[in-house]
Amino acid sequence: METRNSIRPPGPVVIDIENITKEYVMGEEVVRALRGVSLQIRRNEYLAIMGPSGSGKSTLMNMLGCLDTPTSGRYEFNGKNVAEMDDDELAAVRNREIGFVFQTFNLLPRSTSLRNVELPLIYAGINPDRRVERAAQVLADVGLGDRIHHKPNELSGGQRQRVAIARALVNGPSIILADEPTGNLDSKTGEEIMELVENLYQHGNTIILVTHERDIAAHARRTVHLRDGLIEMDHVGFIPELDLPVAR
Amino acid sequence: MIFSEIIKMAWSSLGTNKLRSALTMLGITIGVFSVISVMTAIGALQYSIENGISFLGSNIFQFGKYPANISASGDVQEKFRNRHNITYKQALHYYRLMRDEAREICLKCFGHDIKAQAVYNGVKTTPSLLIVGTNRSFLTANAYTLGYGRNLNDEDVELSRRVIVVGKIIEKRLFPHETPIGKVVRVSGHTYTIVGVLAEKGTAFGQSQDDLCIMPITRFFEDYGEAKRTVNIATQAFTQDTYNRTFDRAIGAMRIARGLRPDQPNDFEVYSNDSLKSAFVNVAGYVRVGAFVISLIALVAAGIGIMNIMLVSVTERTKEIGVRKSIGARSRDILRQFLTEAVFISEAGGVLGIILGIVAGDLLAMWLKVDLIFPYGWAIAGLLVCSAVGIGFGLYPAYRAANLDPIEALRYE
Repeated sequence: METRNSIRPPGPVVIDIENITKEYVMGEEVVRALRGVSLQIRRNEYLAIMGPSGSGKSTLMNMLGCLDTPTSGRYEFNGKNVAEMDDDELAAVRNREIGFVFQTFNLLPRSTSLRNVELPLIYAGINPDRRVERAAQVLADVGLGDRIHHKPNELSGGQRQRVAIARALVNGPSIILADEPTGNLDSKTGEEIMELVENLYQHGNTIILVTHERDIAAHARRTVHLRDGLIEMDHVGFIPELDLPVAR
Repeated sequence: MIFSEIIKMAWSSLGTNKLRSALTMLGITIGVFSVISVMTAIGALQYSIENGISFLGSNIFQFGKYPANISASGDVQEKFRNRHNITYKQALHYYRLMRDEAREICLKCFGHDIKAQAVYNGVKTTPSLLIVGTNRSFLTANAYTLGYGRNLNDEDVELSRRVIVVGKIIEKRLFPHETPIGKVVRVSGHTYTIVGVLAEKGTAFGQSQDDLCIMPITRFFEDYGEAKRTVNIATQAFTQDTYNRTFDRAIGAMRIARGLRPDQPNDFEVYSNDSLKSAFVNVAGYVRVGAFVISLIALVAAGIGIMNIMLVSVTERTKEIGVRKSIGARSRDILRQFLTEAVFISEAGGVLGIILGIVAGDLLAMWLKVDLIFPYGWAIAGLLVCSAVGIGFGLYPAYRAANLDPIEALRYE
C-alpha cells in the first residue's frame, strides 16, 4: 500500500481538546470514563483512536462527535466552544461539521439510498432540487451511481457502508468520524472500504477512525492509544512493534 | 425543516405499518362517524321541521289529553294516565262555547286501536288504515286538501250518516279504474258510502299520511264505541291577529267544558305548531347531547389507541431516532415528525368518519323524506377535534422520542 507513506500536510486545528473528563453515575457508582484527555486534530489528518474495551474510546468518540458534552475541560471545534453548546447547537454541528460512519451502517431500512443520503440535507434545510442533485452526486462519487433507488436490504454490506459514507460526506463536513467501519464486513470488502476512506483522505478530508483492529488502524497516519480513560500513547504513523496487544 | 418533508416522512413511516395505522385510524373514524351521522340526520330533520312540515294548519291550536311529547319519563306519564278522557259531550260543550270565536273547530277521535281494512268487490287494502271520526273541519285542522267529491258536512255529523272520505292510497288500491264516489265499501265489518277522496299528502317521518279514512264522529262512536276514547279538539283562529285572544278564550271554554273549579289546574294539554316544533327540538337536543357524549368517549378511547401505537412506534424506532439525531436532527424535528404522524392518523380517520357520517346521516334523511344537508359546522368541528386528539395523545410519545439520548438510542438494538 504505497499511499500509506504519503502524509499530506495538515491544515489548521479543527478539534482542540484540553484536559476533558467525563463521569457517569451508574447506580451508586461514579464511572470516570475519561480522566483528562488532551488532543489536537488538524484539518486533513488521518487519525486512528485505539484502545481496549472500557478504555474510554467510545466516550471520546461520542464527545468528538458532539453527541455528548464533557463533564469538565475544554473542547473547541473550529474555534467554537462545544462544551457550552445547547442541544440545538450540537445538532447543527453534527449536521454540518461531522460525518458519522457506523459499524452497523445505521441506514434507514425502508428508505432508498438516495433518501438516506438526502437526510442530512433535509435537516440542513436544503431545497429539494439541490438536495437530490447533491445526494446523487455523492452516491456516484462512492461508486453507487447505479444504486440510488435501491433500499438497504437490496444492497451488499460493502454497498451499504458506501451509502453510509456518502451520507457522512454529503454536507461537506470538517471531519469524518468512523466507528469500526469494517467491523461488520469481510476482510476483502473491508479493504475496499478502507481504500475508499484513503481516497477521501487524499482528497482533503479529515478522518478519525475508532477501532481496536490493528490492521485497520494501520491505514491511519497517526495513532492515539487510550487506556483507562487516559491517552497512553500518541504517535505519528503506525509502529507495529510499539503497538500493544488489544483485547477484542 | 420544511413542512412538506415532515408530511412525507410521516406518510412513509405510516405506510410501512399499513394495517396498524388503519386499525388505529378506525377508532377515530368510528368516534367521528357516530357524532356526524347523528348530527346530520337530526340537522336535516330539524331543518325540514322548522322550514317545511306543518303538523297542524295555520293559526291552529289543539287540545288533547296527552302532551305532544309522549316520550317523557315514567313519573310524568303517571300524571297523565289518571286524567279523564275528553268526552264527546265535553267537546260539544266547548264547541258551543267557542263556535262564534273561531273560524273552524275540529273535533276528532283517532281509531288507532282499530286495525281497519277496507274491502270493495273482494279487493282488500292492508289492515293498517287509520279511521278518524271527525267533522268538516278535519281537512283544515290537519292540513289536508280534498282531491275530489265532497267533504264531510254538519248534516253528516248530526245524522251520523254512513259516509266516509278516503285517503289516496285507498282510492288507488280499491278503485284503480273507476271513481270511488258513491261506492259502498266495507270497513271492519261496517259499510260506508264514499263521498270524497283526499288529495295526496305524502309521507312524514317515513309514515304515509294517505292511508286513512274519515267519517262523521257520531258514526264513529256508534260503530266503534265511545267509552275509553278521548276527543282532540283543534281550533283555528280567524286571523293571526286574533290568535292570542282566541287562544285565551279557548282555555277558559275548555276549563268550563271540563268542569274545573278556579283553583284546579288544567287537566288537558294544549299544543300548537310552535309547541310541537319546540317539543321536537327538545328531544333533538337530548339526542344531540347523547351522541356528542358517546362520540367524545369513543374519541378518547381512540386517542388512547393512538398514544399506545405511537409509544410502540417510538420504542421500535429508537435506533432510527438515534441515527436521525446523529446526522443533525434537532429534538424539535423528531417531536414534529412523531406528532405529525399522530395527527395524520387522527385526521385521516376523522375525514373518513366525516364522509361516512354525512353519507349515513343523509341516507337516513332521505329515508325520512326530508331535505339533505351538509353540516359544515360539525364537519369543521370534527376536523378540529381530530387535530386536538392527535396532538393531545401524540404529544407524550413524540416528547419521549424527542428527548431520547442519542448515544443510548444509537446503541439500542
